[in-house]
Amino acid sequence: MKDVAFGQYYPAESFVHKMDPRVKIVLSIAYIVAVFLVREFYFLGFAAAFLFILLTTLFARVPFLKVLKSIKAILFFVVFSSILQVLFNREGTVLAKWWVIEITNVGLLRAAHISLRIVLIVMGTALLTLTTTPVEIADGIESLLTPLKWVKFPVHAFALIMSIALRFIPTLMDETDRIINAQKARGADFESGNIFKRIKALIPILIPLLISSFRRADELGDAMDARCYSGAKGRTKYKKMRLTYRDFIGFLLTAGLIVGIVFLNGVLGVAV
Amino acid sequence: MSFIEIRDVKFRYPQTERDALDGVSLNIKKGEYVSVIGHNGSGKSTLARLMNGLLLPTKGEVVVDGFSTAEKQSLFEIRKRVGVVFQNPDNQLIASIVEDDIAFGPENLGVPRKEIGERIDFALKAVGMEEYRKSTPTRLSGGQKQRIAIAGVLAIRPEMLVLDESTAMLDPKGRKEVTSVVEKLNRENGMTVLTITHYMDEVCRADRVIVLSDGKIVMEGTPEEIFSREEELKKYELDVPVPTLIADKLRAGGMALGRIYDKERLGEKLCGSLRKI
Repeated sequence: MKDVAFGQYYPAESFVHKMDPRVKIVLSIAYIVAVFLVREFYFLGFAAAFLFILLTTLFARVPFLKVLKSIKAILFFVVFSSILQVLFNREGTVLAKWWVIEITNVGLLRAAHISLRIVLIVMGTALLTLTTTPVEIADGIESLLTPLKWVKFPVHAFALIMSIALRFIPTLMDETDRIINAQKARGADFESGNIFKRIKALIPILIPLLISSFRRADELGDAMDARCYSGAKGRTKYKKMRLTYRDFIGFLLTAGLIVGIVFLNGVLGVAV
Repeated sequence: MSFIEIRDVKFRYPQTERDALDGVSLNIKKGEYVSVIGHNGSGKSTLARLMNGLLLPTKGEVVVDGFSTAEKQSLFEIRKRVGVVFQNPDNQLIASIVEDDIAFGPENLGVPRKEIGERIDFALKAVGMEEYRKSTPTRLSGGQKQRIAIAGVLAIRPEMLVLDESTAMLDPKGRKEVTSVVEKLNRENGMTVLTITHYMDEVCRADRVIVLSDGKIVMEGTPEEIFSREEELKKYELDVPVPTLIADKLRAGGMALGRIYDKERLGEKLCGSLRKI
């Protein structure tokens, strides 16, 4: 619980870890687009994306099992949407029929297509969070949003809010634990009763948490003032992100994936 | 010459009936170590917030190194000179990584990147936390977190450090860590220090002790002077440190002990007199 600040970050000194977080964010988005580019039932495109994931995992020195584990969280969603597709899709030729349910070849193929798409996207984003700390991601987003300054978007404030939020997650979780224990010691019951009762039981947790958050915010504001904070103006930045040859290679590989997928969109599709 | 001059300051929080500070005057010289003690609600934290213009006096004036806190444009200069460390370390660290947090102050000042790195080195060394540079504050103990908070203030290179009950939430070990860091800064770097506390044993290192009660300065003097006025302290709901009490009792019982206010000295004296027997 205490390590939320690091998310599911897997510490290592690898090629991918050392890449610029901005580049990793952009490439992750490009990767997601690439996976969406795969034409229906041209499964070789997915194979290419999977190869890309394998390669990146290797470069990142992250155990492949860690990447696979990320699927666990969405497994239910994948299975559920597949079942819906299989049972209720009525396109294509009917392979089996029972009562109102028809299983068609298109239904099966589409279930496979959607499942593969979700699984591959999740694996890709998992690689981003496994190799990049939330702080780096926040810094990267700030840097990527810099052009929005031209339309008066408060990029600096936005980034500061993000990083302070990240910093306070573990603190507030500790606090929640403390409040839960304090309320339990006073006889509060969070485990029994129906759903409405349980939600109602949360109120004595949420209200103290809210009040203490305001107090914390107040003190934090004072501490920031005391440390000469006066907004983005005249501020320097200690950490600077720099592009290296690694980022260039990353760009090339991702571009290669997109070109590959577009090419494979015409190769060995399953005809329906 | 005084570094900080507090001239007949009154302060009242909005929507309250009573002055939190009621005519306080106080001068602090460069390099001095001053402790302010007082029971809850005596106005001591208000005093800390007046030092760097977080609060402005309702009446009177606070002048820091020639700058008055009443002038908005001098607040930046004042906060560069007076660093304040607060009570709860969790509520003053702003970044998830130690070095990023310490960089926050210098970044606000617009210090160039290379120098920020040097300032981080300096600040971490001053609080003895060099090896935690890349660590995350949530994994540290209370005392360590508070030392990082001090480092964050030191990186601004202030001339004065104000500690507003910075040890109140720490365990004895953490308190010791923080007080020894502060002492070292005062002795070796000539840092002007003002500590605000309600722990009597922490004030014995100070050059001067100020007792605050109901918004007024009621006692002022060296730790020895203050601790010898036991009855008066009790009136202000303050206790004499345990070693002093023990020494007093022993002296009353006929043992030749001088005035003692910390446990190390008491230990020494007792061992000394044991040898004589």
